[in-house]
Amino acid sequence: MGEAIVVTSGKGGVGKTTTTANIGTALALLGKKVCLVDTDIGLRNLDVVMGLENRIIYDICDVADGRCRLHQALVKDKRFEELYMLPAAQTKDKNAVSPDQIRDIILELKSEFQYVLIDCPAGIEQGFKNAIAGADQAIVVTTPENAAVRDADRVIGLLEGSHVTSPKLVVNRIRPNMVKAGEMLDVDEVLQVLNIDLLGIVPDDEMVIKAANTGEPTVMNPDSRASIAYRNIARRIQGDTVPLMQLDEKKGRFNLFKKIFGVGR
Amino acid sequence: MSIKRNLITIKGIKDGLVFRLDERCDLEELLAELRDMLENSHQAILSGPLVSIDVRFGERDLSDEQKLQILDVLRSKRNLLVRSIEGSKSAELRENAVLRTPVTTMSGMVRSGQVLRHDGNLLFLGDVNPGGSIVCTGDIYILGALRGMAHAGSEGSEHAIVGASYLAPTQLRIAEVISRPPDNDEESSAHPHETQMEFAYLKDGQMQIDKMANIARLRRDLNVFKGV
Repeated sequence: MGEAIVVTSGKGGVGKTTTTANIGTALALLGKKVCLVDTDIGLRNLDVVMGLENRIIYDICDVADGRCRLHQALVKDKRFEELYMLPAAQTKDKNAVSPDQIRDIILELKSEFQYVLIDCPAGIEQGFKNAIAGADQAIVVTTPENAAVRDADRVIGLLEGSHVTSPKLVVNRIRPNMVKAGEMLDVDEVLQVLNIDLLGIVPDDEMVIKAANTGEPTVMNPDSRASIAYRNIARRIQGDTVPLMQLDEKKGRFNLFKKIFGVGR
Repeated sequence: MSIKRNLITIKGIKDGLVFRLDERCDLEELLAELRDMLENSHQAILSGPLVSIDVRFGERDLSDEQKLQILDVLRSKRNLLVRSIEGSKSAELRENAVLRTPVTTMSGMVRSGQVLRHDGNLLFLGDVNPGGSIVCTGDIYILGALRGMAHAGSEGSEHAIVGASYLAPTQLRIAEVISRPPDNDEESSAHPHETQMEFAYLKDGQMQIDKMANIARLRRDLNVFKGV
């Protein structure tokens, strides 16, 4: 029986889908059998980030309503044999499925996959309730901004009141030079407020945007800082002890990367 | 005819008038005087724009019916809006009842969007995050950080206080008074961790902050340690 992990944040645009895609791909890199589930019905993105949009035939609503079997709706990744995605419907809305239906689907997926990663929509309404219905664990994504931390706090409160206990935190899009200048919250400040276990920190990296646009998760590029961060997170999920990335060293090395790959100005 | 004592004193406060009624005289006498004041002697100052009134009848025991009698007289003047009618006994008793109840201890975290309500005094072990709130009829003591909202004396007790190990609220409320930290609190943002335990209280209707060690000067109902 596998583990179902929901990736959520409350606030939109902090990187839930990117995190789901990258952690999922990183777990697949580690040889795990992984299924990504997009529950953002009506505004699906995971397929775009994974570059699998054109392979979708059925979606999660078709499965829930019995229009197809679960296996017919799963889209196999183009890079990994053991990585699949269950896409959301684009033409319906969050009320098209119920938490019970999602729970049944996730349960069926868990019997086959080692990790089921659920991409949660922004907000705390029906879509959120659907997404957490089948989850055993939760990853809360936030960025070092007060608004995102506030929403993460709200979501953590809701998770703690649900069956999903002890959520883990990913602090995304950290800019070390801004933190140093005191213009951005640092990880400690975020942790002090949220007071949950830290699963990982991900530096802001332009390659993530580039990768998302080309439908190739950043994790596939071993030279990106964010990629290493996501790989570390995946290793922590499977139980390894990996030290946190040192953001201070970043500046020099990061600029070097930039120069080498011609990303820098 | 003997010289008449003043049975009723009228005092102006910031947002209205307080009617202090004599505690000992006959109720009929009191009502007669009140009528007389409204219609004759004080007619000039008591007519005109709408004005809020608090009636205080001191230690007199009044039944609800008797209170209504007083209210009826006041209501004959259309511009008088009776906001409250209270005796010193009842108010004090009620307040003391809350303040003297034992402190309940709770722990956990009050996160954004969550409200912890409690009837009485509360000792909370944990943090209150921005967007979260604690609402208590009595005092609130927080062993942890108060970053959200705390409302002590939520049913009107102005003697209630809010104390916290780290007092950095988004807003503080005691009884009816609402206060928030200044918009550019340079000092607190510069040294967010350099703190001492503080509490907030009301003094003449204004919110004040002091360090916890000074609480004994303010509140005589707490058991004060005086050394041996």
